[in-house]
Amino acid sequence: MSQASTGNRLSGPLHDVAGEAGHEHHPPRMGFFTDTSVCIGCKACEVACKEWNAVPEDGLSLSGMSYDNTVSLGASTWRHVAFIEQIGHGPPATEPFAADGAPAETAEPANPGDIRWLMSSDVCKHCTHAACLDVCPTGSLFRTEFGTVVVQDDICNGCGYCVPACPYGVIDIRPGDGRAFKCTLCYDRLGAGLEPACAKACPTQSIQFGELDELRERAADRVEALHAAGRPEARLYGESPDDGVGGDGAFFLLLDEPEVYGLPPDPVVTTRDLGAMWRHAAAAAGTMVVAVGAAFLTSRGRRR
Amino acid sequence: MGVRTWIEGWPAYRQLAGPDPLGRGVAAESSGSRDLVARTEQADRVVRSICPYCAVGCGQRVYVKDEQVTQIEGDPDSPISRGRLCPKGSASKSLVTSPARVTKVRYRRPHGSEWEDLELDTAVDMIADRVVRTRRETWQDTDDEGRVLRRTMGIASLGGATLDNEENYLMKKLYTALGAIQVENQARI
Amino acid sequence: MAEAHPVGFQWVMEAKKRGATVIHVDPRFTRTSALADVYVSLRAGSDIAFLGGLVNYVLENELDFREYVVAYTNAAAILREDYQGPDDLDGLFSGYDPDGRHYDSTTWQYEGADTPSPGSGEMTETEPAQGAGGDPSASRVGGAAGRAASYGDTHGSGGAAITGKPRRDETLQHPRCVYQVIKRHFARYTPEVVSQVCGVPEDQFLRVAREMTENSGRERTTALCYAVGWTHHSVGAQYIRTAAILQALLGNIGRPGGGILALRGHASIQGSTDIPTLFNLLPGYIPMPHANAHPDLESLVGDEEKQAGFWGNMRSYVVSLLKSWYGDAATADNDFCYGWLPRLTGNHGTYQTVADMADGKVKGYFLVGENPAVGSANAKMQRRGLASLDWLVVRDLVMIESATFWREAPEIETGEMRTEDIATEVFVLPAAAHTEKDGTFTNTQRLLQWHHKAVEPPDDARSDLWFYFHLGRRIREKLAGSTDERDAPLLNLTWDYPTDGPTADPSADAVLREINGTGPDGSALSAYTELKADGSTRSGCWIYCGVYADEANQAARRKPGQEQTWVAPEWGWAWPANRRMLYNRAAADRDGNPWSERKRYVWWDAKAGKWTGEDVPDFIPDRDPHYVPPESATGPDAIAGDDPFVMQTDGKAWLFAPQGVADGPLPTHYEPPESPVANPLYRQQQNPAREVYPRRDNLLHPSGAQPGSEVFPYVFTTYRVTEHHTAGGMSRTLPYLSELQPELFVEISPALADERKLQHLGWATVVTARTAIEARVLVTDRMRPLTVDGRTVHQVGIPWHWGPGGLSRGDAANDLVAVALDPNVHIQDKVGSCDIRPGRRPRGPALLEYVEEYRRRAGITELTGTEGVTP
Repeated sequence: MSQASTGNRLSGPLHDVAGEAGHEHHPPRMGFFTDTSVCIGCKACEVACKEWNAVPEDGLSLSGMSYDNTVSLGASTWRHVAFIEQIGHGPPATEPFAADGAPAETAEPANPGDIRWLMSSDVCKHCTHAACLDVCPTGSLFRTEFGTVVVQDDICNGCGYCVPACPYGVIDIRPGDGRAFKCTLCYDRLGAGLEPACAKACPTQSIQFGELDELRERAADRVEALHAAGRPEARLYGESPDDGVGGDGAFFLLLDEPEVYGLPPDPVVTTRDLGAMWRHAAAAAGTMVVAVGAAFLTSRGRRR
Repeated sequence: MGVRTWIEGWPAYRQLAGPDPLGRGVAAESSGSRDLVARTEQADRVVRSICPYCAVGCGQRVYVKDEQVTQIEGDPDSPISRGRLCPKGSASKSLVTSPARVTKVRYRRPHGSEWEDLELDTAVDMIADRVVRTRRETWQDTDDEGRVLRRTMGIASLGGATLDNEENYLMKKLYTALGAIQVENQARI
Repeated sequence: MAEAHPVGFQWVMEAKKRGATVIHVDPRFTRTSALADVYVSLRAGSDIAFLGGLVNYVLENELDFREYVVAYTNAAAILREDYQGPDDLDGLFSGYDPDGRHYDSTTWQYEGADTPSPGSGEMTETEPAQGAGGDPSASRVGGAAGRAASYGDTHGSGGAAITGKPRRDETLQHPRCVYQVIKRHFARYTPEVVSQVCGVPEDQFLRVAREMTENSGRERTTALCYAVGWTHHSVGAQYIRTAAILQALLGNIGRPGGGILALRGHASIQGSTDIPTLFNLLPGYIPMPHANAHPDLESLVGDEEKQAGFWGNMRSYVVSLLKSWYGDAATADNDFCYGWLPRLTGNHGTYQTVADMADGKVKGYFLVGENPAVGSANAKMQRRGLASLDWLVVRDLVMIESATFWREAPEIETGEMRTEDIATEVFVLPAAAHTEKDGTFTNTQRLLQWHHKAVEPPDDARSDLWFYFHLGRRIREKLAGSTDERDAPLLNLTWDYPTDGPTADPSADAVLREINGTGPDGSALSAYTELKADGSTRSGCWIYCGVYADEANQAARRKPGQEQTWVAPEWGWAWPANRRMLYNRAAADRDGNPWSERKRYVWWDAKAGKWTGEDVPDFIPDRDPHYVPPESATGPDAIAGDDPFVMQTDGKAWLFAPQGVADGPLPTHYEPPESPVANPLYRQQQNPAREVYPRRDNLLHPSGAQPGSEVFPYVFTTYRVTEHHTAGGMSRTLPYLSELQPELFVEISPALADERKLQHLGWATVVTARTAIEARVLVTDRMRPLTVDGRTVHQVGIPWHWGPGGLSRGDAANDLVAVALDPNVHIQDKVGSCDIRPGRRPRGPALLEYVEEYRRRAGITELTGTEGVTP
């Protein structure tokens, strides 16, 4: 194992994730920009995802969490729309227009007692540095030519290492099946030149699919426009290549702190320190190998 | 599993010499992934349709393989919906392929406590008999003042808002010829 | 709109992106509210006061689009001297008959106008007399008992007929001109009164008033969208009237970005109104003949022929329909077989039918994609009706509650019904899904879109086209050779559609072509203007004539939207004449020029001598805008160059309706049939012309200040959520939708939760005099108490999708709703009063005792809440 080369491949900015994974002549990195400021909470994404990917029903229970009965992402929930009810965040006043089209002189303040209902469709982030993939011992999780992270169900043996590795709590083992599942960013559809099922269905284009670089530009423009419209609370989440996972392949425009949406404020790839850890592990393994070799008088272990 | 096999199965080891030294990409790609094809690509035909739920009238494309509906999604050509569907529209494939669908005629005899089987042909014939009989028994030629009524108040119908125009047309045409006037649908509800 | 029509809502979001202000007015804070710029919470059932306040704001501040109002509405028309309104009569209009509970519209007429003959008192109700038989439970009381409502049933899209054009004062100063009359009428609806009635803070109301008026006029337009939140009321038609008055005053009708847009809830509910499976209509909004008024064809169409506008050609529409149905048997000599049509004698709407059914008068019933055991008001009465039938045919995709009532109805558990006692013979015939048949849906914008058959239906499943075709074929076979005159319409019916495939599925294409119609040479017609009254043309639905123009299925056109103009005229086909916006002549000024460049749509091309623009002009193509018809003209010839409302007999939008509305020429606020609030405006509590059924199985509550009203202190309203569809047959059976909203819940405010000790996620029992249901509780700040007339009013919100079957289950909200109807359209009011208590409802016979105790405490009898004039 060429440990020396792994340092910058497990954390920090990484321009060419697919190339790094051995894909030569690969397409641009594709991803999602989920603009929650236009999400209407219809859950078309959840259903379209399940229809396309034949993801099983995930339980019929009323959660009491506003209109969210999906509760979280999981092995059988690859899109999850969160609903957050907040008091004291009235919808902002829009400049009314006078009959001649010019902005009127008085804009009304938002009603202070008003409620705000945030809605946001969460999904696997397809991290630049995907800990789930890094810890997968079977090679089931892999980086596609689109730069996305996909579980291969013909490989996965259900060891579950990926589950605690994910800094977002996305991937999980499906009970009754035993294997790990999560969003594939509709890998099969991408191969056919189609957009993922959720983005295709989304009535208001809250979920936008495209080349990640282009999505980042679009998102920056959108934030700027919202700020100009008097909505300073608009911010991006998961967009920066400098964050703890090297930037997400699926990032978000939020209208409040990430925690409000149930998102970790500062996710860090759990394998960031893998290089250092590996050196320790290698030393330990070497010790073990000596012991094993001594015990069985074989040379197998020494190939490490 | 021997240690050797275990190690050799590890992508990081297996692909030391390849373009994917960490075994996280090309090297790890399974045969299943390599052969993956979107099922829309394998459809025998794509049929243009319209969503059956609300009255927005979103365009749908219905993908058919081996005479089975394999996928339904939005029709991007529709100037109404531009390819998008709501959760109900997105569930259309589940709707039309649902195991909950009734596909055989069910019959409950008067005072009966169970469903019984019935041939479709028999059922339609029995219904035709009942229509003819009820119409005869409840026919009103005129009212008390001798004004023409030409109707039966013994037969009523409810439904149409989820049906096609052509179906509503045949219903109204047949009912009117039968003299059945209590013909209604969801537009009244 | 985001809640029930998410994909349609994308266009609201587009507008918002371009700077539009989105205002949402709703008793509950929905997904639409979440995206709106302004959200207004109002008391369920108070919208006329809110909209009336907007009308008053416009008139008081003279913010109407005066040029449009003078030219295109009846604002200038002068009314009779003896008209009186709610200000004069403590909440009534002149002409009210307290015994018959209906209005005589004589005093509502234009000055000097002849009283139209359908209003001459001939169409008296005969049905209650037939049904009464000394049994009070058998009769229905209400506006439809009168001629006004009977007439209301019979003028379809045409508007009511008036004879002669009224005298006008275009300065709008005459004290009896419509403008001045409505100004006085709506003066009552000040911001203070709006606040008092609706529970909306004055500043919030004024914000809406300013936004709307500043965004209307020559350069800008405002659109109103509504759904059953406006129509499910005992004054529902008047809700829409108020909106129409407001939009006509602001010049927002017939212009791009304007209008009043009904968001309808079923794939072809518009189509099933156009080609009506409705009792009062024949295809194309032609009235079903009435036993008293329409003994022959002449009586049905004669008056219309004297009118201006396109209804003047009604004879050709009716004759073409009769030719279409009875073929060669229909001749000029036999009145085109008009005599074969069955006759109405009053209201035969679904609620009347169900009452009759429960009373054993209806023997056989077809349910075709409907689930009334869950989906209709007072669903308990519906189930009683089903259990009283001789036979029932259910055609659906899944086993719905209306098919399984004989063993799964809640009444089995309470002991009110026993399976072995129920004599109803039930046939469940599986239906084909939309992917398994060809045909057209008509969407909420009047757009016909063809869906192609993709696969064969499974097993015994068949299209409804198949079922009705083969049922008709068998009935005709069974009656073959009959010489009984009553069988003649069946035996002469044109019923020879080509069939296809192993199941002999009839051709939907052939049926559509018949609907379109054919000319003397048998070829498809192109437009309804080609229809003739001499029997040489056929058309099954005149307004759909043109859908098969050039022998091509125009509804199947699918030229991609991105390859067309924004109007997209080559996608599907819109009735009439592929016109995408009605009354679009109003998009141009009197001289035919666009009101503004920004709002260009249809205009007069003087050089070419014709109307042109983005859309098919809704006008006579070559009629000069300055054309003045001769006095003697009738029909389309009588349409002046500045009469954009070509289906109205005077060519104008009616701010004041001199004819055709059963419950008054102007809208005014009445409380719902049941309300804890006494009408703050006048003594009259409810719509005096509403239809009520004084029956043991449809008990109503005392309202307002009446003793016993306090037993049901809260307002409830029912509604939909995105994840489910209507009565649930197409959603509660699907896992992917059921898991999103897995069971029935009620939404209440934290304040009400405190008041009634209701726990979030705990159980609650909601009680009305009909029954009690249970549901899980969602305590949410999205529901808020309102201050109405100085007191706090709590609202309980209940989605109505659930029933005992399917994957996602719950009690049916419609079990709570009473049958108390709008007199124009016979549709129920979904707002009522209730009590809510913690815990699950009693089981078995204990439930009956529980509800009976409420009735006792409130002193309820069959007559409670059924008064016409409030005592």
